[in-house]
Amino acid sequence: MAQVEIRDVRHAYSTKAGPLPVLDGLELSVPEGDFCAVVGPSGCGKSTLTRLVAGLMKPDEGEVWLHGELVKGPRKTVGMAFQNPVLLEWRTILDNVILPLEIVAPSMPRKDRVARAMELLDMVGLSGFENKRPSELSGGMRQRASLCRAIVHKPDVLIMDEPFGALDAFTREDLWQTMRALRQAEPFTALLITHDLRESVYLGDQVVVLSGRPARTQYVLDVTLPADRPLDILYTQEVGEMLHVLRDQIKIAQGRPVEGAA
Amino acid sequence: MSERVRQIIVPILAILIFLAGWEALVWINGWPNYVMASPSDLPAAYSRFADLFLIGAWQTLWRTVLGLLIAVFAGLALGMLMGFSRTMRDALYPLLVGFNAIPKATLVPVLALLFIGQHDFNTVMMAFLISFFPIAVSISVGLSTLEPEYRDILRALGASRMTIFMKIALPKTLPEFFGALKVSVTLAFIGTNLVEIVSPHGRGLGALFLSGQTNSNYPLMFAVLIALALLGIVLYYAVVALEKIFAGWAERQES
Ligand SMILES: Nc1ncnc2c1ncn2[C@@H]1O[C@H](COP(=O)(O)OP(=O)(O)O)[C@@H](O)[C@H]1O
Ligand SMILES: [Mg+2]
Repeated sequence: MAQVEIRDVRHAYSTKAGPLPVLDGLELSVPEGDFCAVVGPSGCGKSTLTRLVAGLMKPDEGEVWLHGELVKGPRKTVGMAFQNPVLLEWRTILDNVILPLEIVAPSMPRKDRVARAMELLDMVGLSGFENKRPSELSGGMRQRASLCRAIVHKPDVLIMDEPFGALDAFTREDLWQTMRALRQAEPFTALLITHDLRESVYLGDQVVVLSGRPARTQYVLDVTLPADRPLDILYTQEVGEMLHVLRDQIKIAQGRPVEGAA
Repeated sequence: MSERVRQIIVPILAILIFLAGWEALVWINGWPNYVMASPSDLPAAYSRFADLFLIGAWQTLWRTVLGLLIAVFAGLALGMLMGFSRTMRDALYPLLVGFNAIPKATLVPVLALLFIGQHDFNTVMMAFLISFFPIAVSISVGLSTLEPEYRDILRALGASRMTIFMKIALPKTLPEFFGALKVSVTLAFIGTNLVEIVSPHGRGLGALFLSGQTNSNYPLMFAVLIALALLGIVLYYAVVALEKIFAGWAERQES
């Protein structure tokens, strides 16, 4: 059974100018342990999709299933990361990472929480920074800490909304590799929103292209690359072709002509 | 080390220069005591009325602090109501602004008639009424401007509103809260003194000022003013110290 299953979801926001349809017949299925990257024109409803999967809001129509259960509200088996790392300035990096455990496992001894957080901080290269304040870290380091916090409670599903969007190109590539290392160490199913096609192919097992607003599933690309991916796999012809297909699909989603731009 | 010494020496020097200037002003103009007392008159007033000063200062202090504490709780409650509910914000904001605009001196007779003879109660009440507004506003603004993502990191785990408030919204609002508290502590102090000075049988430093006035003891009046200033400084810096402890995020949070 698929870990994340979205069936014919429709949703509209009510605005001053009347209802604004955002999702219109969205379908998505992510098998357990898979990594699903979602791309689409800006404003098409990607963040709305993450909020629906996280149970932060309910769709007008359609169903969202997580590991065989209909999503009716928030659940402890979900982890979230955003473009803004939203670290709490009054806590150290360590205590920021521990935060979800205070909610999910209130009876867990502090010693065990610290051990778990340190294990993750070590994995993303932040050991030695655990007692620093968020403001003392660079943007890339903060995003690493934010990723640790998102998975510290071993969620089944990790939902990320453009987590690397605000980072420079080199830092971003570092974070991609960190992301892949985390996936090898920790089993989770991932849903990643991104506007970077290379990122979607490098990290994804499948790439879902959403149409312009209101979004529906326009195209699904199966990424047929080995699990072990060095960065320079991005410069192979195989990946080049995938990126080409995705770019054409994005143009269609944006309602722009496909020819003439290649 | 030398920085710490500097931090102590500079304000003391400033105060000494101020006192010297005051003394010189009175001396140059040749003002007698019934026009304006000079700093050199004050020690005599303090030693003569030492008991009254201590009792008065204590009365002024505890009533100010109690009024401020009530203001903190009321302001927190109102701020939470307005911060979490837009309807409450729309409903309460104009009321609060209107209430805040009323000159508080007009409330003295109202309170005095409502609670006849309850001098302590009236004083604490005034300290509270005059000082809760900045606290309520700072909390409501802090809560209503909290970025949704901050809420979502805990809400996505099914945390209750109370947990989100305690772990995220409240600490994030603390710097604004203490900014408001610094204003409020001064206001509460003014409120206490206002009631003390205008009540016929009042207590506290304000009442001591009034008795200096009725007895034409000008050095006593000025001595009270200086004592009030000192007490005001103590209260203000007590809030600053609390701010350092609770919102001075430079220090480590827990071991
Ligand atoms: N709470 C809301 N109320 C009304 N409109 C909203 C709300 N949230 C998002 N929108 C609108 O819905 C559309 C999709 O938003 P979003 O899901 O954030 O898109 P994306 O993440 O793909 O850029 C946008 O046009 C946005 O302005
Ligand atoms: Mg978005």
